[in-house]
Order: sequence, then C-alpha cells, then structure tokens
Amino acid sequence: MPPNIRPGGGRRDPVTDTRKPHNTKNTIKRLLTYIGKYKGRLVFAFICVILSTASNLGASYMLKPIVDNLVKTDISAAERIASLASSLALMAAVYLVGVAANYLQQRTMIHISQNSLYAIRSDLFTKMQRLPIRFFDTNSTGEVMSRYTNDVDAIGEILNTTAIQIFSGILTLIGTLAIMLYTNAALTCVTVIMTPLMALVGGTISKKSSKFFRKQQSDLGSVNGYVEETVTGQNVVKVFCHEEKVVSEFSELNEELRKSQVRAQFVGGIMGPCMNAMNQVNYTLTAMAGSLFCLATGMFNLSVGGLTVFVNYSRQFSRPINELSQQATVIMSALAGAERVFEVMDAPNEYDGNEGDIVLDKVVGNVAVENITFGYNPDKVILKDVSFYAHPGQKIALVGSTGAGKTTIMNLITRFYDVDKGRITVDGIPIRDIKKDSLRGNIAMVLQDTHLFSGTVMENIRYGRLDATDEEVIAAAKTASAHSFIKHLPQGYNTVLNGDGANLSQGQRQLLNIARAALSKAQILILDEATSSVDTRTEQQINKGMDALMENRTTFVIAHRLSTIRNSDAIMVLEHGEIIERGTHSELLALKGRYYELYMGIKELD
Amino acid sequence: MYWKYIKPYLPFFILGPVLMLTEVCGEIVLPKLMSGMIDVGIAAKDSTFIIERALEMLGFVGVMIIGGIFGHFFSIKASVNFSAALRKDLFKKVQEFSFKNIDKFSTGSLVTRLTNDITQIQNFTRQLLIGAFRSPGMLVGGMIMALSINKRLALVLAIVIPVLGITIGIILKTAYPRFGAMQKKLDGLNSDIQENITNMRVVKSFVRTPHEIQKFITANGDLRGATLKAMGLVISTMPIMTLAMNITTICVVWFGGNFVVAGGMQVGELTAFTTYIVQILMSLMMLSNIILQFSRASASSKRICEVLTTEVDLTDDNAADKDKIVTCGDVEFRDVCFKYRDDDEENILDHINLKIDHGSVVGIIGITGSGKSSLVQLIPRLYDVTGGEILVDGVNVKDYTLKNLRGGVAMVLQKNVLFSGSVADNLRWGDQNASDEELKSAASAAQADEFLQSFTDGYDTELGQGGVNVSGGQKQRLCIARAILKKPKILILDDSTSAVDTATERRIRESFASELKDTTKIIIAQRISSVESADKIVVLDDGRIVAEGTHAELLKTSEDYRNICYSQMEKEVG
Repeated sequence: MPPNIRPGGGRRDPVTDTRKPHNTKNTIKRLLTYIGKYKGRLVFAFICVILSTASNLGASYMLKPIVDNLVKTDISAAERIASLASSLALMAAVYLVGVAANYLQQRTMIHISQNSLYAIRSDLFTKMQRLPIRFFDTNSTGEVMSRYTNDVDAIGEILNTTAIQIFSGILTLIGTLAIMLYTNAALTCVTVIMTPLMALVGGTISKKSSKFFRKQQSDLGSVNGYVEETVTGQNVVKVFCHEEKVVSEFSELNEELRKSQVRAQFVGGIMGPCMNAMNQVNYTLTAMAGSLFCLATGMFNLSVGGLTVFVNYSRQFSRPINELSQQATVIMSALAGAERVFEVMDAPNEYDGNEGDIVLDKVVGNVAVENITFGYNPDKVILKDVSFYAHPGQKIALVGSTGAGKTTIMNLITRFYDVDKGRITVDGIPIRDIKKDSLRGNIAMVLQDTHLFSGTVMENIRYGRLDATDEEVIAAAKTASAHSFIKHLPQGYNTVLNGDGANLSQGQRQLLNIARAALSKAQILILDEATSSVDTRTEQQINKGMDALMENRTTFVIAHRLSTIRNSDAIMVLEHGEIIERGTHSELLALKGRYYELYMGIKELD
Repeated sequence: MYWKYIKPYLPFFILGPVLMLTEVCGEIVLPKLMSGMIDVGIAAKDSTFIIERALEMLGFVGVMIIGGIFGHFFSIKASVNFSAALRKDLFKKVQEFSFKNIDKFSTGSLVTRLTNDITQIQNFTRQLLIGAFRSPGMLVGGMIMALSINKRLALVLAIVIPVLGITIGIILKTAYPRFGAMQKKLDGLNSDIQENITNMRVVKSFVRTPHEIQKFITANGDLRGATLKAMGLVISTMPIMTLAMNITTICVVWFGGNFVVAGGMQVGELTAFTTYIVQILMSLMMLSNIILQFSRASASSKRICEVLTTEVDLTDDNAADKDKIVTCGDVEFRDVCFKYRDDDEENILDHINLKIDHGSVVGIIGITGSGKSSLVQLIPRLYDVTGGEILVDGVNVKDYTLKNLRGGVAMVLQKNVLFSGSVADNLRWGDQNASDEELKSAASAAQADEFLQSFTDGYDTELGQGGVNVSGGQKQRLCIARAILKKPKILILDDSTSAVDTATERRIRESFASELKDTTKIIIAQRISSVESADKIVVLDDGRIVAEGTHAELLKTSEDYRNICYSQMEKEVG
C-alpha cells in the first residue's frame, strides 16, 4: 500500500462520529421497506395492538359502574351481587382478549423484527462482498465491524419493541384522553395542563443528556480502542517493559470515561424520578380537584366511583408519555445506526456498470500490460506508463524498493483497482471486458500477509479449490513443503486453526498459503513476497515443487531476496513507478546497471 | 471477589438504594392518602381536609423527587466508580500476564472481556442499585398496605404470587441456556464477518464470494433461529404477568364487592386495594426483569473472574536477587527443553546447550519451524523453560526481576507492532527520556533517518494503528531503532530485516558493530549473508543444535550448513 492512502493516524472511533441522524425521513422509509415485506403480519400485529389497548382501557372503564353499583341503595344486596358477577364475567372476557392479543402481537413482531434483521444483515454482508478493495484499504476493520454489531443491534432494538410501543402509546394516550373527556371534561383540564409541562421537562432532559451520551460513547470508544491496540501489541509492551506506562495511560482514559459516564448517566437517569414526580403531582391535583368537585354535588355530576376511576386514568395517562420520552435516545441512535448501514449499502460496487461480460474459457496465460498509469489518489501517480508482457509458462519478476509500485501492479492485474490510463490484457482480451469472477478465477495469489480462516488445516488449503479431494489437498501441501509440519500437528490435517493461527510460526503460515495457491488450477500465479519468512532451504524445496506447477502457468513474482528470482524469464526493475531495466538475470548483470548494483549489494533497495 | 472494588464506594452503594426507598414509600403512601381524601373528605364534605390532604401528598412528592434524584446520583456514582476500578484492575492484570497466559485466552477474547463484559456488569449494577429496594420494597410495602386494608382479601395474593413466581422462574430457567446459545451464534457470526473483512483480498482473488455469502447466510439463519427460540419464550412472561394481574383484580373485586355489599368494607378501600395489586405485580415484573439481567451479567462476570483469577505463571516472586541488573550480556543455555503447552507431546526445543559471550554476534539459522523464535524468546523470559536453565551474566533468568531482566534485553520481534502516535512517540518506547538527538542517532543506526527525513512531518509523522502508513521495510527499521534506543546489553533480532534489502541490512550490521560494540547481538536470519560475519553461527534443526561455529568452520564441518549455503549459492553458479 502507498503510505498516503490512509488519512492521518490516531485512534479511530467508529461509534461516535455519526450518532446523529442526518436524513431521517429517507432512513425511516428504507427501514420500512424491510418490515414492509411482512404487510399481512404487520396489519395483524397492529390489530392486536388496537385490541389489547382497547381491552386495557375498556376493562378499567368497566370498573366504574361496578364500583358504583356496589354502593347503590335502591336495589337489594342479592341483586347487587348478581350484577357484580355478570359484570366481572364480562370484564374477564375483555381481559382475556387483551392478553391473547398482547401475546400474539409480541410473537408477530418478534418474527417480523428478526426476519428484517436477518435480511438487513444478509444484505449488508452480500453488499460488503461486492465492495471494492479500496473500501477495505481505507476503512479499519473495527469501523466496518461496528456496522454489524453496534448499528444493526440498535436497529434491532427499535424493531423489537419501540415501534409497537410508540403505536400503543399513542393509542393509549388518545383512548385515555377520550374516556377522561367523556367521564368529566372539567377534570381533564388538570391533566391537559400538566401534559405539555411533562413533555417539556422530558424533552429538555433528553436533549441535554444526548450531548453527554455522545461524549460518553466517544470516551468509551477511546478506552476500547486503547485496549484493543495494547492487547494486540502485548508482546511489544512486554519486551519493552512498558506495562506501567501503559497502565497509567489507560488509567487516564479510564478516568475520563468514568467522569463522562457519571455525567451522562446521571442526567439521563433523573428523567425517571422527574417524570415520576410530575406524574404524582398530576395524580394528586386531579384527586384534589375531583374531591372538591364531588363536594359541590350536581355541579359536575361526579360520583365517588367516577372519581376513583378518573384518578386512575390520570395515572395511566402519563405512563405512555414517560415511556416515549425514555425511548428518545434509543430511537435516535437506531436511526443513526440505520443510516450508517445504508451508507455502506449505497456505496458504489466494485466497478458499478463497467464490468465486462466475457467469460474466459480456456486461458493460455498471455498477459500484457500496456502503457498503464495509475495512482491511488488522483494527485499522486504511483505507476507511470508501465508496459511489459508475459508469455504462457513464463516467470516474470518485479524488483524494486518498497513504494516503487510492485504490489500496485498486482492490484491492477487482479483488478482490485482500475488503471487510470493504458490497459491490461489476458490472452489479448482487455481485463476491463472480462467478467470479474472469471478473471480472478484464473489468477491464484499468495500475499506477504498470511491470511488463514478459522477451520481445519484441510479446509484452509481447500479454499484454493473447493471441489478438491483430500488427496489433492495433501499433494498441494507436499508441493508447498507444508506436509511435513502438518503431519506433526496434534490432529494433522484436521487440526483446527483459530483466527490468528496461534502456535504456527510465521513461516508455516506462509507455507499453508502457498499450498492453497498450489491447489488452485488458475493459469496465472502471483507470488507477492510469498516466501519472505520461509528459510532458504524450504524455499528451494517449494520452488522445486512449484516448478512443475509453474511449467504451464504464467507466474509473477515479487521478492526482496534476489536469489529467489534469478531463474526468472524476465526481471523488471521498478523505480518510482517506472521500469528502468528489464531482461534476464545474466543480461541485467552484464548491463552493470541498477540490478547489478542491487545484486552486488552496492546500492540499497529502499 | 468484587468486594475490593465495592468497598471504597460503599457509602454510594448504600446511599443509592436507601434514597430510592423514598420513591417507594411515596408510591405506597400516596394511594392510601388519596383514598382517605375521597372516603373521609367527601363523606364529611370537608373541603379544607381535602386541600390539606392534597398539600400533604404534594409534600410527599417533594420528598420523592429529592430522594429519587439523589438515589439515582449515588447509584450511578457507585456503579460507574465500581466498574472503572474493576476495568483498571483487569487491564493491570492483563498487563501482568505472561505470553502463555495470553495465548490461552487469545487477544480477541481479552479485548471483549475488557470492554463488553465490563459494560454489561456496570449496567446491571446500576439497575440493581436503583431497583434493589424499589421492586422488593414496593412488593413488601404493597403487601403490607393490602394486608392493612383487608386481610382476607389479601389471601388472593398469597395464592397468586407463588404461582406466578414459579411460572416465571421456570420460564427464565429455560430461557437462560437459550440465551447462551444465542450469544454463541452471535459470536460465531461476528468472527465470521471479521475474518471476511481482514481476508477480503483472499476471498476476492479466489472468487469465493458466493461461498462466503452462503456460509454467512447459514450462520445468519442459525442466529435468527436461536434468537427466536430464546425470545419466543421470554415474550410470554409479559402476557402471563398481565393475566395474573387481571385474574387477581377480578377476584379482588368479586370478593371485595361482596364485602362492600355486606358492609364490611369501604368503596375507597376497595379501589385503593386494586391499585396496590397493580403495584405489587408491577414490582414482580421488574424483579423478574432484574433476574433476567442477572443471568446475563453473571455470564460476563464469569468471564471477568476467569481473567482475574488466572495465575500469572511468570512473576518476580521467586526472584532470588531483586536488585540484580544485566551488566555484561553473557548468555548461557544449559540443557534447555521447551514446549508451548504442557500436553504437547514433542518438545519444541530439545536439550539445548549454548554459550554466548558478551559483545559477540551470534547468528541463528535453521528451517521453518525448527524453533529459532522459540529459542530467543526464552532469554527475556517471555516464556519459561520446561527443562534446564538459562543464565544471563551467570545468573538464572528466573532470579532477576522481569523488569531488570527485560530492561537489559532488547528484542525486535518477527511480528512487530507500532502504536498509534507519532514516530517519535514510538521510538521513545525504547527510552522515554531520549533527546531528539538520541532519537536521530538511533534512527540513523537503523537506517531509518533517511526516509524519515523525506516525510513532510519527519519524526512527528503520525502512524495509524499498527503503523499502517509505513511500508514493511520501513516498519522493521523503526522497530530496530526503537530497540537500539534502549541501549540494551543483549539485542535480539528475530528475522527482523526480512523486508529490508541486503545493502541496507549490511549497513545496519555495520552500525551495530561500531555503535553497539559491547552489546551481545543475537540475529535470527534466513539469509546466510546476514550472519556470515558473526562470531558464531548456530544451526537449529527440529529443536536441536546440529552445528555451531564460524562461517568458515561450518562450511568445513557441517553438512546442514553447507546445504543451506548451497541453497542460496546454487543459482549464483547456475
């Protein structure tokens, strides 16, 4: 990679920067398309919400006549009991409907939300697979990961509960208000006056707290980032005895986090007691006003039973407001999360619209690089007018200091990046016109950074060709000189490697990567510093094994160790993005130019 | 286990929940006062009584809000301080870990434990403190009030609550393992994604996109299945609770109604009673929520305790000479055997005997997997030997304190790491008090000064995490400079010039010879040219020393060495 492709240094904090949604309307619309697929179920869930809300309100409304009946003096005790029994039976029926509706609604919503999350995750992953390499070169792993973890989680939160809560909250609010107005319009005034006050307090607190929460998230991000960096680099910390310094630096960040957590959580936390208290004030005032109205009998036509029911409504009334105001932060972060997810989904695909459709049938292995110019950033050219060709079965070596553009050429041949000028052809067909998968399917790569997947050794090698038999895998391992060490692993080829391939030496990991490429039947082979951590004797063995493989294949080799490329058919010496010398080993030595200097150790490479 | 972290903040831990009690009291007393207001006030047609009662109630509300706010304040202070202390100690503990300890946990899992798991515990503690007395308090208070109104009516609760408790208990017990399964699936999915991101070049170049998507969709579907299984059960708690509440209300109104008709009970009392029922069941719901949270938090707690209780296997406790520092740089291996895990069958290193004189240059050479890196890692005691002993300056490495031993040994690792921060910050790892001149001279010795000068910001250039904006060869040279700054008595280079070309490497070697004359230099290399001039070359094969001597001697005596040379010379001839 060129040094300037990643902007700046410093710890990146993926969580904090975009916690605030920017284009809310669009984001909501897109979220709705995900749950919109379940229209039937959604309608069903909403009917259930209406039913359960109605039955809740209805049941508490029924309490009034029941209580009123109890103190009626004009009918006999037996009649009163009988009417009590029949009203309670009705109430039980209403309750039952409510509970059933509530359960069904939850069940349906869980299904909808989990299926939507499943779809979002799958879409995101599928999309990720189509993103250009540039995306991964410019975004850190942690940053991409957080879209799956933090952001999708946040979306899940609102899909699971909040959406229904909002709906049922509003329903309850309207229903309660309607019943209250119906029961006693005058008394409703108390609640109506209190409501905006409560909303104001709730809004102010959540607004203030969201600022503190952002600070908390950013501090949490710093602490997590520091932990990640130091734990991953633990070996260096140990070797330099830096434990104390690291702990003291960590303590500073930890202290900062502690402070911001207390602040954020406190401001967020007083929402509860404040709302609760206002609720109680409302309750008290309503009870007082109601009682006074009762005294002035006839004036507002309020019975004792009516008052008790009304007072309970006023308690109920504030609950949805309370809940909704507490949901505000959840909704905010979910929308921000959704936006970040959609942002990835909207990123341009790897060559959107300019993928060729030629499918390579039988590749011979003619590769021609014709006058290519390229830069990762438009203002910095890495390769200038580079041309070379490779015939089938040839081994072409690229030599040059780091940053000269060797790896960049490989990135262009595989079309990880697109050339700015010039073209590259395979068997005479410009790679621009070849279907991406067909092109890459005919190229096998071994990179300097070793990449292993969690799984067995066998599975890791088989990655090179999924339909390979066990025998073929073992043969490939033998070619790569990996067989002898694999045999010594506790379970041989069935030894499970975890992500970081612990307990394998760096060289052994490279051997597995080589075996993987050896298994592939691709006609073009790219070895980018493939054997830098392998000792020369093993390397020699590999070369011997590979010679047979390479016979019909076109091979590109990048190596620092000049001894490994001596037998190449052609050696290109790159400097500052230009080929300054080319020829065979002996030709170049005879030239007494840069290659000669490098080979003799007169001139340094960097 | 956690007492140590709770103790300093004990006042907060007590004050928080206690103050939260005021809210509980208020919520219990208010309905009682209200029912009195209605029953007495209206009956007596006493409006002053009503207003007085209302003021009394508002007074209670005032106390509630103050208690609530301070209750929250102390609970949050307690939970945040507690977790900050825990996090710090956990981090410290990880810093004490030996390589072996870290290998056991894997770095990824340690990071999760230090971040997510602590957050889980913190959230739980906060909720617990705020709700500790609240739910049980409301439960008990509500029951007392209900009892005080009418004992016979309260019998209904005596039946409903245990039945409800058992039902919820069964649900949670069944749900717990299902949540565990869900978490596991989620972990699996996440590591799948992570692997894909870091290995994207491989995935793309082998055209394994459909394969990976297929794999992901299966894992994703598994996760959905596991989530539905866990959630499907938990969502039934709410309807069950509501159902119980409803049944209770109906029973209470039925029996209470009978009492009222019979004249044994006031209407106001009945309404108040129903209010308490709602309260009792609400608190039961909150309680079951806390229990659910607890089962999640205890999983995190288990993971944290695993780290805290891990015995660090490399400590200074048995160091015989705590003041001894490395002064010369003599190294001796006496019959050293080593393997990474005790249950491994074969030794990685087998009966190694080797003497290295101070100030000398020793090259180590051998095939991939022969144990070169393992051998040198034993010198600064990154791992302990399983047999034999290693002496530095004639003293067993176990008798030094780790700080003194590692202070005298600088090591450039094969897989080296730079940290985010400027180049100068990174170099100063070697010596925190190094002057700019010292930085420059160390960088020059490592042949890094030249390219650093070409950077716009020079030594102040910011490196991204892991040193992403320098090339492989540049990174290696920065790591060497960092080690040189330490002015070590013993310098170990573990294949740390593999990305540096021969000429630069030679110049680095030359500057070693001139500027680190008295330092013992141990160099692992693949190229014969890197060790050719060494005072002694050691050839390792399969964990054993098969040859030892100077280049000239080995050419004569060692078949293995000749083979290695041959493998590097051969093509030169041909």
